[in-house]
Amino acid sequence: MQIWLTLLVVIAASGGLFYTGRSRALAITNGDATTLHSKPAFHGGMLLICGILPAAFVFLVWTFVSRYFADASVASLLGEEFKALTELEQGAFLRSAFGFSQSQNIGDVTAVELTAIEGYRNFYNFSNLVVQLIMAGLVIGGGYLAWRQIRVDLRARQFVEGAVSAALIAASGVAILTTLGIVLSLIFESINFFQKVPFFDFLFGTHWSPQSAFEGVGSEATDRNSEVFGAIPIFAGTLLITTIAILVAAPIGLMSAIYLSDYATPRVRAAAKPILEVLAGIPTVVYGFFAALTVAPFLRNSGEAVGLSVSSESALAAGLVMGIMIIPFVSSLSDDVINSVPQSLRDGSAGLGATKSETIRRVILPAALPGIVSALMLAISRAIGETMIVVMAAGLSANLTANPLEAVTTVTVQIVTLLVGDQEFDSAKTLAAFALGLVLFCVTLMLNVVALRVIQKYREQYD
Amino acid sequence: MSVATDILQPSVKTANETVKMSGRNVSVHYGEKQALFDVDLDIVANQVISLIGPSGCGKSTFLRCLNRMNDTIDICKVSGEINLEGQDIYDKAIDVVELRARVGMVFQKPNPFPKSIYENVAYGPRIHGMTRTKDELDEIVTSSLRRAGLWEEVKDRLDQPGTGLSGGQQQRLCIARAIATKPEVLLMDEPCSALDPIATAIIEELIDELRENFTIVIVTHSMQQAARVSQKTAFFHLGKLIEEGPTEQIFTNPHHKKTQDYITGRIG
Ligand SMILES: Nc1ncnc2c1ncn2[C@@H]1O[C@H](COP(=O)(O)OP(=O)(O)OP(=O)(O)O)[C@@H](O)[C@H]1O
Ligand SMILES: [Mg+2]
Repeated sequence: MQIWLTLLVVIAASGGLFYTGRSRALAITNGDATTLHSKPAFHGGMLLICGILPAAFVFLVWTFVSRYFADASVASLLGEEFKALTELEQGAFLRSAFGFSQSQNIGDVTAVELTAIEGYRNFYNFSNLVVQLIMAGLVIGGGYLAWRQIRVDLRARQFVEGAVSAALIAASGVAILTTLGIVLSLIFESINFFQKVPFFDFLFGTHWSPQSAFEGVGSEATDRNSEVFGAIPIFAGTLLITTIAILVAAPIGLMSAIYLSDYATPRVRAAAKPILEVLAGIPTVVYGFFAALTVAPFLRNSGEAVGLSVSSESALAAGLVMGIMIIPFVSSLSDDVINSVPQSLRDGSAGLGATKSETIRRVILPAALPGIVSALMLAISRAIGETMIVVMAAGLSANLTANPLEAVTTVTVQIVTLLVGDQEFDSAKTLAAFALGLVLFCVTLMLNVVALRVIQKYREQYD
Repeated sequence: MSVATDILQPSVKTANETVKMSGRNVSVHYGEKQALFDVDLDIVANQVISLIGPSGCGKSTFLRCLNRMNDTIDICKVSGEINLEGQDIYDKAIDVVELRARVGMVFQKPNPFPKSIYENVAYGPRIHGMTRTKDELDEIVTSSLRRAGLWEEVKDRLDQPGTGLSGGQQQRLCIARAIATKPEVLLMDEPCSALDPIATAIIEELIDELRENFTIVIVTHSMQQAARVSQKTAFFHLGKLIEEGPTEQIFTNPHHKKTQDYITGRIG
């Protein structure tokens, strides 16, 4: 109710500001809008921005700081009983009182709590009114100031365009800041982890069994933990499975892309491309049980037939299915870039007596290489990040092995298992997840950098 | 008129002419739209023939029929018969790849490969296995670039991308690329459209010199160029071949009013 009303008021105010600005601009020209430097709509936009922006700013600031003022005002109402509490308890008391103040039925509360609840209600009733009045004043005041500016030669367009570009910058700023925040939190939690487990023991240790981690402090815990948090087996597992997946996806995906773009008739292409893309739409958990229930038993049976021992959960099963999953990433993107190589290059090559396959190998693929590389990179990061298939088909046991027929586990799977269940947030197990996340992040980052370098080096310009 | 006739070449004797390629009843449709109507044209060996006519009259279309480049356009349908040394090139038994190796093409729009200048020229010789050693290949690349009048400008940067050259340089690069494969017939679609007078003169010299061993079909919008380089001229108008014959006769004594109007600049 409240929220709809607010929205309605905002829309009405914006519309009113815009309309006022526009008609004012029209009015001062006596109907000939061409004499204006900026079109009337820009004047409307300027009024809108000048009216809404300051009010929105006040609203945002108030949302962030109001709680602080509310707590202070309520605390000053309360007597000795409250002041006797420790700081932590005071915080908890205020939080619960605030929660009560937001709900309709309070139930049984003590007198002190009731005072606090009433205090919150009064504070917000009063302060919200004040803030709303201030905002209304800002809308009208800002709008009026802008309205007074409206002249024939007012550069309203520049103003509005400046505001728009500021909004665009702010939007990309949000994306960048979020990334930065995530990376920083990863780094800080990882630093916490590395205080419990030495960095090199984590990075180069060959034994991973966080279940037997030792909670506590002192050198005993550090010694123990430095032995069980050796991440090499799970890095190796990730590498193994990803490699298998790429070995499956890269040739199949690339070849089907070449077929689709240069050999298939338009009708086949129109039918086949969406079908390939459906592969990307299948939920990974479906791939997971396909891998666990169909591929893995098949591999084990055929392995037994030739005298190989294949464990029922194997890196090969997970890698194969993951490879199939990422085929559409390779094929669809590569198909697009191959298609965007201009026809004139194909003609030029054909006109010199080159066969179709020579043209593709010597002209099309080199020209499309940057795009193909980035398609592969996308596929690889998909494979590295994939969790479900591995849980179901490759298992959870952190074996250090290069044999694809054995069970292995990957970084993402371990992050999940470390974080499932009740955990102290600052236990070594939980923090290990952050460290793994950080390593994963660094690896993907490195892949991207390498891909960019490859693209820059081999980029062949055409137009 | 008189400008063109002054610089005419002595006409070629008609007695010992052998026909290299010939088109009979060639019609081309792009989808519903017909672009060429029953064209009959002989292309004589070791001669240069110019195709002239107003824009959109079907010169490029006819040229592309001669090495089946129209195959790459889905909506394009060619009917009639085109022979290369007596053999129908639209026959099922013909290998298009081999045909295009024999009938090379320089396109209207320069289309260098996104490779180095050297690799652009070496492309044809490489795929046809024309050379055994690197030295032989270097020799072909160098001489092709020289003959196309590009050598002096690029000799220090053979390893830089061909796409980084100027429009006119790209055009000459494409010519060098085409002559490096040593085709029997060379189809050139406005090869000098982006060239300055000096480069144009070099290319015209090249065409004249190539005539000794090759047969050349050239599309041009310049009457002077047609008069300077070609022994035969064919005039197209709205998809029809209006008139063809020895260049001298077309320019001095055209049989058709339309030809006369075109070469004197009244239509086009
Ligand atoms: N790929 C195509 N699809 C459809 N129509 C085409 C295509 N190529 C050419 N045409 C049509 O065929 C006709 C002849 O075109 P063509 O390119 O042969 O003209 P041209 O004589 O070479 O002209 P210009 O001197 O401008 O190069 C034109 O009307 C053109 O619209
Ligand atoms: Mg043309």
